[in-house]
Amino acid sequence: MSTEEIKFSEESLALVKKTIAKYPEGRQKSALLPILHLAQAEFDGWLSVPVMDYVASLLDIQPIEVYEVASFYSMFNLKPVGKCILEVCHTSSCWLRGADDIVDHISNKLNIKVGETTADGMFTLKTVECLGSCGSAPMLMCGSQYHEHLTFEKVDGLIDNLRNENKRTTYLDEVKVENY
Amino acid sequence: MGKKILLEHAEVPGIQGYEVYREKGGYRSVEKALKTMSAEQVVEEVKTSGVRGRGGAGFPAGMKWSFLAKPEGVPRYLVCNADESEPGTFKDRYLMSKIPHLLIEGMITASYALGANTSYIYIRGEYYYLIGILEKAIEEAYANGWLGKNILGTDFSHDLYVHPGAGAYICGEETALLESLEGKRGNPRMKPPFPAVKGLYDCPTVVNNVETIAAVVPIINDGGEAYANIGIGRSTGTKLISASGHIKKPGVYEVEMGLPVEEFIYSDEYCGGILNDKKLKAVVAGGSSVPILPADLILTTANGEPRLMSYESLSDGGFQTGTMLGSGGFIVMDETTNIAKNLYNFTRFYHHESCGQCSPCREGTAWMEKILHKVLAGKGSMEDIDLLWDIQTKIDGNTICPLGEAASWPVASAIRHFRQDFEELVKNPAGLDETRYYYHCNNINPEVA
Repeated sequence: MSTEEIKFSEESLALVKKTIAKYPEGRQKSALLPILHLAQAEFDGWLSVPVMDYVASLLDIQPIEVYEVASFYSMFNLKPVGKCILEVCHTSSCWLRGADDIVDHISNKLNIKVGETTADGMFTLKTVECLGSCGSAPMLMCGSQYHEHLTFEKVDGLIDNLRNENKRTTYLDEVKVENY
Repeated sequence: MGKKILLEHAEVPGIQGYEVYREKGGYRSVEKALKTMSAEQVVEEVKTSGVRGRGGAGFPAGMKWSFLAKPEGVPRYLVCNADESEPGTFKDRYLMSKIPHLLIEGMITASYALGANTSYIYIRGEYYYLIGILEKAIEEAYANGWLGKNILGTDFSHDLYVHPGAGAYICGEETALLESLEGKRGNPRMKPPFPAVKGLYDCPTVVNNVETIAAVVPIINDGGEAYANIGIGRSTGTKLISASGHIKKPGVYEVEMGLPVEEFIYSDEYCGGILNDKKLKAVVAGGSSVPILPADLILTTANGEPRLMSYESLSDGGFQTGTMLGSGGFIVMDETTNIAKNLYNFTRFYHHESCGQCSPCREGTAWMEKILHKVLAGKGSMEDIDLLWDIQTKIDGNTICPLGEAASWPVASAIRHFRQDFEELVKNPAGLDETRYYYHCNNINPEVA
């Protein structure tokens, strides 16, 4: 892909403009994180170099300013990923309540290790640090949705649902907040 | 006990929306402040209340506000720290999802006090779904004249925006947060200058935690003195406690400062006791960074006094026998937990989250993880425990930001109080589930360790 082929949809471009307007004039670089989120959601779930260069051009900053930021934050993927990333929290409170068993279960079920993607490109399994869901442990995040109080059955149901829907999940997906 | 001033209406149906929130007395603090008080008076009320920073540091919020520089013609900013990332802490998420207008109202009243015409809520990227909730509340506040130009016909104008992070614990540190808000890597800044003088875009800035800003609402509504009358001693008001781990009823509880820890753990009103009626072994009382305490020391101080949920009582005894209230992330561990294994979990976390700027933290957290990994893999020696101790002393106090201390204190306290758990792993390596720990470690090659 060359940079010319990469362009946000009209809708996203309007959102880019609106986002930049949140910050004082000349401080458009502040919009970098929200726009990288937008780019990742729109361009296949990861940030390629051409995508990052495109974001740099939108914000009128140097490409290196985008690379150094994209590589710092754990939510940005710098390599292709599956349509659905299963991000299992494995920090203390979740670990105390069996997060390791959830990771093992998903790993065995999908036949992938942590950090790997299924051959059909559907799922990537990741372990992540504390997502602030310690009272509803164990939990995982997929897209913007938190799945809490996990059991093997719940995980199986979730994987089946995601497979049936066959859609890319993103952090920008709208979420219905149910009982906390 | 049981007084609620932040979450009083959190369970009211429809409280997420403007109408119900307003019916329940919402936005009164904005009316009162803008129409009947000067900005200085609002700051004075917050000082009188004695409310201390709820993000973890516990610094008096009113004093922090009064440090704000006010040079002529330079904008000032209020930034809300909603980067909640301290392991064991999930109270801000609860507050924002249940009663978002409380935060918006607090932001407006606080901004009026500080003379800030623009403010930002910096929220961790993983809480992306909350942005929609907050932005809807902000939209409603604009539509009803609480935000925008000339609010309530006064000459105070204010705009409020939500800004997402993208996954970095370090951005909860206020100067790293400001760097991140400026679109950079979250590397903490050297202090001084403090944000109160040179913060966002080099302008005077106050950064406050979600819960601190929410507390401004009852403080202005009922007066600083009324707030100061709640709680105990210099720990005024209520605190949101995030309870997790081996307890029957995990969740967010608003407690009046001064509640006995024992009551908090065992009463049905709160945690409801230990899961499966096992015995209590240890508690991390204020988020992963604070020293872990064994059951006897969390329930009573070294002097035999009952330990209370307050800044002073929890820190009674210093780090030898005490801990800290911190962010209120209360992680409970039962008798089956090996504290060295839990510590491995924490050190992996700090290694992962170190920004890499300061060598003692960048290298030290990696070494600590590696050594614990070795111990857990059944290849440790007694000397490793001493080495671990030695490394943490060399990180503590030698870094730009407090992440260094945050990584050191759990190690020091775990060895101080639970050395036998480490020795057990060294002596009986056969009992360990080796592969699991290799498997979950993203950074170390099992062949080499």
